[in-house]
Amino acid sequence: MAGRNKWISLGVLALLIALLPLFFPSGYYYRVGALIFVNALSVVGLVILIGYAGQISLGHAGFAGIGAYACALAPEHLGLHPALAVLLGAVVSGVMAALIGKPILRLKGYYLAVATLGFGILVSMVLTNERALTGGPDGMNVADLGLRDLLRDMGWRLSGGEFWYMICGVVLLIGAWLALNLFDSPSGRAMRALHGSEVAAATVGVDVPRQKLRAFVISAVYASVAGSLLALQNGYITPDVAGFMHSVEMVTMAVLGGVGSVLGATFGAAILTLLPQVLTVFAEYEQLVLGLVMVLVMIFLPQGLLPSIARRLRGRGE
Amino acid sequence: MDALLQFLFSGLTVGAVYALVALGFTIIYNASDVVNFAQGEFVMLGGMITVFAFEAGLPLPLAALLAILVTSAIGVALNKLAIEPARGAPVVSLIIITIGASIVIRGATQLVFDKQLHRFPSFSGDDPIHVLGATILPQSLWVIGGALAVFVGLWIFFTRTLTGKAVLATANNRVAAQLVGINTGWVMTLSFGLSAAIGAFAGVLVTPITLVGYDVGVALALKGFAAAMLGGMGNPKGALLGGLLLGCFEALTAGYLSSQYKEAVAFIVILGVLFVMPQGLFGSKSTERV
Repeated sequence: MAGRNKWISLGVLALLIALLPLFFPSGYYYRVGALIFVNALSVVGLVILIGYAGQISLGHAGFAGIGAYACALAPEHLGLHPALAVLLGAVVSGVMAALIGKPILRLKGYYLAVATLGFGILVSMVLTNERALTGGPDGMNVADLGLRDLLRDMGWRLSGGEFWYMICGVVLLIGAWLALNLFDSPSGRAMRALHGSEVAAATVGVDVPRQKLRAFVISAVYASVAGSLLALQNGYITPDVAGFMHSVEMVTMAVLGGVGSVLGATFGAAILTLLPQVLTVFAEYEQLVLGLVMVLVMIFLPQGLLPSIARRLRGRGE
Repeated sequence: MDALLQFLFSGLTVGAVYALVALGFTIIYNASDVVNFAQGEFVMLGGMITVFAFEAGLPLPLAALLAILVTSAIGVALNKLAIEPARGAPVVSLIIITIGASIVIRGATQLVFDKQLHRFPSFSGDDPIHVLGATILPQSLWVIGGALAVFVGLWIFFTRTLTGKAVLATANNRVAAQLVGINTGWVMTLSFGLSAAIGAFAGVLVTPITLVGYDVGVALALKGFAAAMLGGMGNPKGALLGGLLLGCFEALTAGYLSSQYKEAVAFIVILGVLFVMPQGLFGSKSTERV
């Protein structure tokens, strides 16, 4: 059953990614699509942390910041190829998550939220204050990945938007596939067990701190890769990527779509990414609407949009 | 020595504001187990409403009173419209709700008023007072005095009045409080109103020194929370001391180490407290029921 669901989820996601461009009226929509996929990727990471393991983080933008600035700094200072810089960022984020996760994950609820929040803000502060290295609040340029030129030389001409739409779509699919695999793996089951009850999970032999840490590290790597992709496709990055509001947006996307499901995560990311695009006409109301959406969904659809809609549909079908 | 005293003066002033935010946190946390991330917005509202009422021609004390009353009503509305309907929701949802509410308040403020920084005149002039080679603004004395007055007032309220004791009882055990006839719904309303009023009061006191704009609330909420945690969540004495300590840490960091990383102090304190003594300075050790 769960195995079949996995392939349905992946199939739906792949179809959406492949077919949506048919309806794009202009090249601009490829950019928006790529942005949705990047956000969805970091949110899939949070699904593992919040949805599977039941832990919260208000600091994951910090990892996105590490990933983004790895792509900005490593090619310039270490002479690393941008693609390797993505990897470097992921490793640094993973190690960082392992180091701070160990003491932090003993905490629960609000305390965990605030500890992770503290971490995220410290990262964004370092990025903002170390002007000599990061250019401070104005941000810095990011080297080109070079892959698009390579494809062009091979005779495949893509616009910047199309190229990044494709790359981010593929990376999101891989990320979703890995997350869905994890769901049914022994680790995934252990995470879901400790989500239900840590004591019960421990009594049946789940190494609770270890599984929590694993979920934390995995989700940090997702956020880091998403941050890297964002930096590479914009060719430019500011410390906002690591800011508190970005962390909040990520968690909101996860919970908005339905925090247990990978498909829901993508859905939540799509809505919250599209919202400002739709509201550009009413830029003044953007904050107000974003806040209202957060509050109303949490009150009236606590399971998230997708599961609530699915339940309603199923209820009608039966 | 003069420099140290000067840093301590400015630290105590900022710290008093953190303490007031932390006290507001504490009241709501005790009554409802909700950590209200919108707490900083109350401070912002207190300052903003006073500014605009004052500029509209109201005398300053009346403008301040109006600001405190309106903010208090907004606090009650927050409870009625967003917190009560979500009773029993998981922590993640409650965090998103209060953060969402804070974004709504910010967005509405920027629509109703504007995005500029504002101030109104200090209560007793801007001539600094010289103390032992350092100087302190009269308005700083107002801020510090205000924080102490609120603390004493709360202490009297919680220990000497029946309503205050009802709030304490609800904080202690909601169901038991209901069983002895305490209207816990009313206690929640009261707590949100009181907490918002205290925040607004802080905003009124500090605006002549630090200015106010629609987006000053986020940092205040986070620092107030750090202060509350430093003192021990849920403990008013801890909130006061935590706030003053945090303010002084910040001022000393800015003075002796780096003014850029002054803002980092609060978060290093949060992490340090959580790692070393999660119960804070005055908090009681909690045991977990299985």
